[in-house]
Amino acid sequence: MSIATGAIRGLQEVARDPGSWWRRSKGSVELWANLIVLGWALVFMLWRGGGFAITVGSVFAIWAVLAVSLNLVVGYTGLLSVGHIGFFGIGAYAMAVLTSSASYEQLRTEAIPTFGWPFFAALPISVVLAGLVALVVGVAFNRFRDDIYVLVSFGFAVIAFTTFLSWRNLTRGAFGIHQVARPAIGPLVFDGELEFLALLLVFLGLVVLISWLIVTSSFGRVLTAIREDEEAIEVFGYRTTHYKLAIWVISAMMAGLAGALLASWSTFIDPNSFVLLESVLLVSIVILGGLASIWGSLLGALAFVMLEEGMRFVPFLPSEFIGQIRQMILGILLVLLMLFRPQGLVGRFKL
Amino acid sequence: MSTEVDPRVYVLETRDVSKSFGAVKAIDQLSISILREWITCIVGPNGSGKSTLINLLSGLLPLDGGIVVVDNVGLRVVKAHDSPDHGITRTFQEVRLFDQISVWDNIMVVLTERRVFPALLERTKPSHKEEAERILKSVGMWEKRDAMAQDLSYGQRKLLEIGRAMAMDVQIYLFDEPFAGLFPRMLEQVKSILKDMREQQRSIVFVSHNMDIVRELSDHLFVLDSGALLAAGEVEEVLGRSSVIDAYLGN
Repeated sequence: MSIATGAIRGLQEVARDPGSWWRRSKGSVELWANLIVLGWALVFMLWRGGGFAITVGSVFAIWAVLAVSLNLVVGYTGLLSVGHIGFFGIGAYAMAVLTSSASYEQLRTEAIPTFGWPFFAALPISVVLAGLVALVVGVAFNRFRDDIYVLVSFGFAVIAFTTFLSWRNLTRGAFGIHQVARPAIGPLVFDGELEFLALLLVFLGLVVLISWLIVTSSFGRVLTAIREDEEAIEVFGYRTTHYKLAIWVISAMMAGLAGALLASWSTFIDPNSFVLLESVLLVSIVILGGLASIWGSLLGALAFVMLEEGMRFVPFLPSEFIGQIRQMILGILLVLLMLFRPQGLVGRFKL
Repeated sequence: MSTEVDPRVYVLETRDVSKSFGAVKAIDQLSISILREWITCIVGPNGSGKSTLINLLSGLLPLDGGIVVVDNVGLRVVKAHDSPDHGITRTFQEVRLFDQISVWDNIMVVLTERRVFPALLERTKPSHKEEAERILKSVGMWEKRDAMAQDLSYGQRKLLEIGRAMAMDVQIYLFDEPFAGLFPRMLEQVKSILKDMREQQRSIVFVSHNMDIVRELSDHLFVLDSGALLAAGEVEEVLGRSSVIDAYLGN
């Protein structure tokens, strides 16, 4: 509402005096953050060509679904969860186990049941399973807040990872699961990378739309009040535990969706994708982009993916160090950000 | 709607209510009765249990013993999220707004749907907007509606918090030190808000240390000392008692 009226007012002013736009915007961190990240991504994609753009776009879409969904919990509701990767993993493993058609007996590794379901049959199961686990975990988590919440969510991420690694009869542990199905609608198989990117972007759009509808609803306003002062909003008749549980489950289902998409996109998963560190990186993306801002999470995810993919092309950088250097740069960025811009690139809320 | 309501109807009672923090008895077997459509004032020295009492009545603290009677129902457990259903709302001694959201949303958030799933589907309704506009104008905060609550001055925050309570449209309003730290102009504003609410058949309980305001506003007075009731009754008479003067000035 206020954004729309503000935009109209701004446009009227620019129409009267075209120079005013530049004078007003040149000091805006928000504008520059947008321009730099989007410009960087665009230039890089034009330089490296279509294949690169498709890969980066797909990785971005998956991280963006994760970041937007986590922002609902961390940014809007103020629950600093570092366990989101667990739901991502549950979605991914549900998809992998249900749709994988590999016959492992011949490979002389551990045998797991083969279901060979199609993608679209396994997708709802992945999402619902992540939601059900979140429901159970959330009921327990509802007693905690603030720093204790970080600790227990940390515990959840560790338990989830250990389960993926150790439940070998189901997940094949460190060997991982191969030949996860690609989506197919009748004769239309999303085999090519471009088709899959399109599908990913459709799901990303859906997640962004649902998240936007949630945060602009009456429910979303209550979430921000819970973030600001949970006890105070409770006195006004809100059962805050129900609200926290609801957004926790919704967010976990979106993470489950992202996991299912990842499993199908890469057609192979192992527990390494779901280590605690990835979860911390995810929280960093959300804070970097801006808490309580959907656009901020999209921007944060894009910046993160460009940081990773972009560094592959730095000539003097040995490729095996890219992962570590990416994390170092992200760490330095976070420290700088907390010092000079605690609300993130485009956020409004300070942690 | 009957216009003639017997003024001697109790809207809120406590019976032998107790609350301890460790070895300290903050409220000790306290029994008081709040009258309908009156302005009731609670005074007492620091640490006499005034804020604790309001926290107990609004469910922010659990009762150790005794019952709270609202709507002729005795409650051993008062839940915070049930307090609007009991017809109770409140303000806080230390102003507690939702700091990093707008003034507008601070009011809107108490007007909208309570149940989770309907709230998910509810968009802002015109009736909510009208009500929020009315409230913000009545506390003089309409011009500030787009500001973040944390950017307001102390007095404005105090007024906004009272506005948020007014938006609740309940029977009983518990105001914890609504006059503390206000400039004279805002003091008058809050006074007239309280008087208007009495006109509109609301029951008000407030805590204050300002005896001029207590004399001006109160229909009924309770004096607490060390968590127990020291005196109750008509204002001038109670404030004249030697025991009350002793409690305030010390022996």
